[in-house]
Amino acid sequence: MTHRRWFTPWLLAGPALLWLAVFNLWPAVNTVILSFTNAKPLGGGQFTGLENYGRLLDDEQLADALLNSIVFMLVCLPLLTVLPLLLALLVQRKIPGITFFRTAFYTPVIASAVVVALIWGWVLDDRGLVNGMLQQSGLTDSPVSFLTDRWLLLFSAIALTVWKGLGYYMVIYLSALANVPRELHEAAAVDGASPLRRFWHVTLPGVRPTMMLISVLISVSALRVFSELYVLSHGQGGPGGRDMSVVMLIQMYSRGFNGHLGYASALSLMLFVITLGPMLLLMRLNRKAA
Amino acid sequence: MTSSRSETSQPSTTTKPARDSQASRGSRGFNTPSPAQTAARYLLLLLVLLLVVGPFLWQLSTSLKGPDEDVYTRTPSFLPEQLTFGNYGKVADTIPVWTYALNSLIVAAVCITGNVVGCTLAGYALARLRFRGAKLVLGLFLATLVLPGEVTIVSQYVLVRSLGLADSLAGVALPGAIAMLNVLLMRTAFAAVPLELDQAALVDGATVWQRLWHIGLPNVRGMLSVIVIFTFIGAWDDFLWPLIVLNDPQKYTLTVGLQYLNGTFSANPRLIAAGTMIAFLPIVVVFGVCQRFFFKGVEEGAVKG
Repeated sequence: MTHRRWFTPWLLAGPALLWLAVFNLWPAVNTVILSFTNAKPLGGGQFTGLENYGRLLDDEQLADALLNSIVFMLVCLPLLTVLPLLLALLVQRKIPGITFFRTAFYTPVIASAVVVALIWGWVLDDRGLVNGMLQQSGLTDSPVSFLTDRWLLLFSAIALTVWKGLGYYMVIYLSALANVPRELHEAAAVDGASPLRRFWHVTLPGVRPTMMLISVLISVSALRVFSELYVLSHGQGGPGGRDMSVVMLIQMYSRGFNGHLGYASALSLMLFVITLGPMLLLMRLNRKAA
Repeated sequence: MTSSRSETSQPSTTTKPARDSQASRGSRGFNTPSPAQTAARYLLLLLVLLLVVGPFLWQLSTSLKGPDEDVYTRTPSFLPEQLTFGNYGKVADTIPVWTYALNSLIVAAVCITGNVVGCTLAGYALARLRFRGAKLVLGLFLATLVLPGEVTIVSQYVLVRSLGLADSLAGVALPGAIAMLNVLLMRTAFAAVPLELDQAALVDGATVWQRLWHIGLPNVRGMLSVIVIFTFIGAWDDFLWPLIVLNDPQKYTLTVGLQYLNGTFSANPRLIAAGTMIAFLPIVVVFGVCQRFFFKGVEEGAVKG
């Protein structure tokens, strides 16, 4: 469309462009710059070459954090790829009251991760609901330490993440299911295919692209986990700080007297490179499919 | 920034049900469920509902239990025996919870205003005006989407501090006041408005501003309401960024304040539960009221462009 003055578009896009430059592009560039310095929350900022990157290699807490991320991703990936699809199939049909169920299943998505972690922290407490029921039913004699054991704490955070993510991916699957042609289902039914076979041969191929997209989203968000682990562990990162995530390390080094902004930036860049992996994989798979 | 980082960012897809008349129109025998199948479906739905809503109800129930009632009992009772709202008053004695709620509200209001104005203007320019460099600008907006918010959070903090905004609500709100994702969503919404409308107005001599106001805006209200809802949710729920920016306990937002309350290990579970509900219920109300707009706007955004 035409406009009389050449600068009109720039005027309209101006505020957004300012934000793009100041709060997005510059911080990205500055992360790279900072990662080569010894910047501290209070002073510092001399060029130190690759020192921060060297430090990445023998940081035991980082090794733990990366192991946690891998476990987190490996458990979340199958659960959050499959369960929301089944949930979407459950709420797909327009039966009375279905809007209520759909909205209810979406509630954990809109709740803050802090709220969700506080709720689950209470449910999984030594004297909480789950331990109460376990002991009442005689399955255990003493409380299970869901929140104070290195691995149980990690798995509790995973359970919480899956629980919170179900509704989000359900909505994405719902729209994908709406695009699977009904005629295919009908033809398969006419040919005498059982519901299970129709799911396998019609539904699954129909939602495969969505499934790939969702697995990438899950992988990236598993790498970015913060609030769930932070709140469940009261900000301590579990016994001996072994339940830290990479983002928890970034937060830890960006604050306080022991802070190290340069090292935190190196950690951030490392995180970015890792998150690129799943995204590039998706692009490659898409290109192959096309 | 808030919305691009949080899990609740806009799903860019439609939730339109498969076929409205699926059950009624189908030929006999195909997909017409027997009463037993329908019953089984409802049973499953209720089971999932219990798993999803149960923990929220448990927290709500804990927040309403009296000081003499044993919340640790091995036989959990969902209904409080000494129903009381006293915990909501007591949590305000422990932490300034209403100040925190107000702080969260201020941050959310700044983010909503900024996103509605900034993203509308830029989205319109990108969708409807031709100018040199438009492709490059669009590419830069798109490129920011592969950058998780956590990756730049350290240098964001350095930037906000050098602007003199560390430990202030302005510092919390400003970076997310225009989210790049929302610019792109508004561009998509404007691009879906029929071009003929704009052209007709142009023939009538309407200026860019008049076209944006009278033709563009009325047609993108759905997308705008989605952006408002999710900006509110994103800002209200955000935790990591305010945790990094804020020091002064008087300036905490609700999520940071709740973690602060939780950090004092001796804290009473009834009080934490009450605090959680104060943070959670506004979100439920906002979403409950606006969910019609949400689903409508989500469909609008699903127009492939």
